[in-house]
Amino acid sequence: MVRPIATTRSASGVPTGRLAVWWVLASEIVIFGGLLGSYLLHRLGHPEWATYASHTNTWAGAFNTFVLLTSSLSAVLAHQAAEQGNGKKAANLLLATCGGALIFLIVKSFEWTAEIQHGYTITANGFWSFYYIAAGLHGLHVIAGAIIMLIVAADARKGKDLQRVELIGIYWHFVDLVWIFLFPLLYIAK
Amino acid sequence: MAETHGHEAHGHDAHGHHEEGWFVKYFWSTDHKMIAKQYLLTGMLLGAVGAYFAYVFRMQLAFPNKPVPGYGLVTGADYNALVTNHGAIMIFWVAMPVLIAAFGNFLIPLMVGCDDMVFPRLNRLSYQIFLVSALVLAASFFVQGGAFGGAWTSYPPLSAKAEYSLTDLGPTLWLAAVALEFVAFLLGGINFVTTAMNSRAPGMKAFDIPMAVWMIVIASILFMCSVGPLVAGAVMLMFDQQVGTGFFDPDRGGDPVLWQHLFWFFGHPEVYVVLLPALGFVAEIITTFSRKRLFAYRTVLYTTIGTGVLSFFVWAHHQFIAGIDPRMANVFSVTTVLISIPIAEMTFVYIATLFGGSISFRVPMLWALAFIAEFLMGGVTGIFLGASGADIYFHDTYFVVAHFHYTFFPIAIIGTFAGLTYWFPKMFGRHMNETVNKVHFWITITCFNGIFLPLFVLGAAGDHRRIFDYGNFPELSQPWMQDLRVFATVSLLIMLAVQPLFLANFFYSMFKGRKAEANPWKANTLEWQCPSPPPHGNFSPLPEVYRGPYEYSAEGRADDFWPQNSPT
Repeated sequence: MVRPIATTRSASGVPTGRLAVWWVLASEIVIFGGLLGSYLLHRLGHPEWATYASHTNTWAGAFNTFVLLTSSLSAVLAHQAAEQGNGKKAANLLLATCGGALIFLIVKSFEWTAEIQHGYTITANGFWSFYYIAAGLHGLHVIAGAIIMLIVAADARKGKDLQRVELIGIYWHFVDLVWIFLFPLLYIAK
Repeated sequence: MAETHGHEAHGHDAHGHHEEGWFVKYFWSTDHKMIAKQYLLTGMLLGAVGAYFAYVFRMQLAFPNKPVPGYGLVTGADYNALVTNHGAIMIFWVAMPVLIAAFGNFLIPLMVGCDDMVFPRLNRLSYQIFLVSALVLAASFFVQGGAFGGAWTSYPPLSAKAEYSLTDLGPTLWLAAVALEFVAFLLGGINFVTTAMNSRAPGMKAFDIPMAVWMIVIASILFMCSVGPLVAGAVMLMFDQQVGTGFFDPDRGGDPVLWQHLFWFFGHPEVYVVLLPALGFVAEIITTFSRKRLFAYRTVLYTTIGTGVLSFFVWAHHQFIAGIDPRMANVFSVTTVLISIPIAEMTFVYIATLFGGSISFRVPMLWALAFIAEFLMGGVTGIFLGASGADIYFHDTYFVVAHFHYTFFPIAIIGTFAGLTYWFPKMFGRHMNETVNKVHFWITITCFNGIFLPLFVLGAAGDHRRIFDYGNFPELSQPWMQDLRVFATVSLLIMLAVQPLFLANFFYSMFKGRKAEANPWKANTLEWQCPSPPPHGNFSPLPEVYRGPYEYSAEGRADDFWPQNSPT
């Protein structure tokens, strides 16, 4: 399909793709905002949740925070490479970011397995319900982002649609940012 | 404006006029006009379903426990499922797809002067997800225990537990359908906003954008910024239903009122999401048919933005009797009554636009004027309900039902008829029969008031909206109240009986109507400056814009209109 002229115009001065990604993020922010707002209000009303929260694995969470932040660095470097027209380098750096996503998910699955084995399931109590829903929704975003990143990287390797490297990077920073909120709220606050 | 005209003309030819197969043309098209028609026809079909539900439960209310022709005996569970899905369908599967998706898709690229949406394939995906959502909703009627009957607001704990709602899969399918519908409109909304921001014709500045486009864009932004918490809430409720979590279960540390907050944080802006496009259509129509500039264009725009912002701070007026803090209720009373100021201002601006104009009462103009008059009734009765003291009495009575039908009927039905009769020549290249449409207009409007005026009286007398047979509560009803219920139902029957008149006219005119010229109403906006119906790619060459959209009756010109793309 040939792109319509509409897609090539930029009356606002911001490229169409970037503009759209920002609007996607705006709608994502309110989704996570609603969820985390509900959690916060419940948490304030239930001081006993602090004891449940003390069973989360803070070190695993801290390690994952480190992994995600590092993966954002390679996303930025990929953007830089794409700006310079080096599609191959951008693709490799995006693959490094995907590797970060994979490590994140593996750590997460070990964490969840241990917690479920200890009886902390999603129906155990309100804290664990929020824990699995919030981290699960975030995990879905990690998976979706990694899949899109693989597609973008495959195109970038052929030198095609290099502007998309920046767009998936913006999205990835958002996924990172959500985790920056989740980590203290679910792991640190005890 | 980076691109040049030569470049644009070249690009246009490249994706121009190749032959498409029947399936690709009607079901796999990425053309914004075809997607608009898909949304329009799906919305009209579901509108017929919603109207059928209204017919069944109104018959039950007027003639309790007699078999309804075309349905049979209405049980209590049937009644609940019918009112629930009537509300949900009319808002999520009629008002949204027709007002925002159909007209937004059709009008935005044409009115801003470009060849398509910025993301045509995303646009197609949006309709397909919407279609799936409608099918999931339809499926919910055929599962064990029947369709969901917990009201369109889906309050837990009723909606959260199968032992309360007596249907296991019904509520979950309903919720999944609503969630899918939200995804469809998020995709569509991003497309609308980005197209209007980025793809405007060279020369079209912010204040040259027609009001209809502004309103659809602001409505899309309101939707995007309000629906998130409800998406999160829907996930939580679904886990409560099927996995056994207790987010909304007070026994397990949850809070049922939390759902009401999440729902109405979306639900109230949603009123403005559907209202604004209708207000935009009315602005286009009254300027065209009174040959006058829109009175105070910028004021209308700023007022709309103000209304949108304020609409995020009124939601708890739905919860005055849900046990919220009375001090909080005072705050929300004030914000609720405040929001009537911008809406009243909008009404005055429209009346000022009409003042001194050379008005011609064509069919779209009749609908637009009816919109202003009827919506005024909805707005004024809203002030009764916004005052928390009065609301404690009126809550869940037919007064509330009458009030929101005086807002939603003008929006979803009158607004749609106004838009359809106005843009029909552009959509299909033919004219509808005006006499038939005038007969249809007068009977519909008269019957609409015949249905809902009595409900105000009934509601003030305490008639409760959730009681499906007052035979069980004889001490709460009076013979005169039953007479009013019958009057409302008979009005509905007459109104439904004349709708085939419009539909016959609509489909006959689509193929056999009198051919329409490019600009039959002599309007200024860009969609009237391309052929009727617009070809693939819309304009050749793509237009440039030299002035605002409402330059009617400009001094020193032979014509009383001045198209936006006319250089002189």
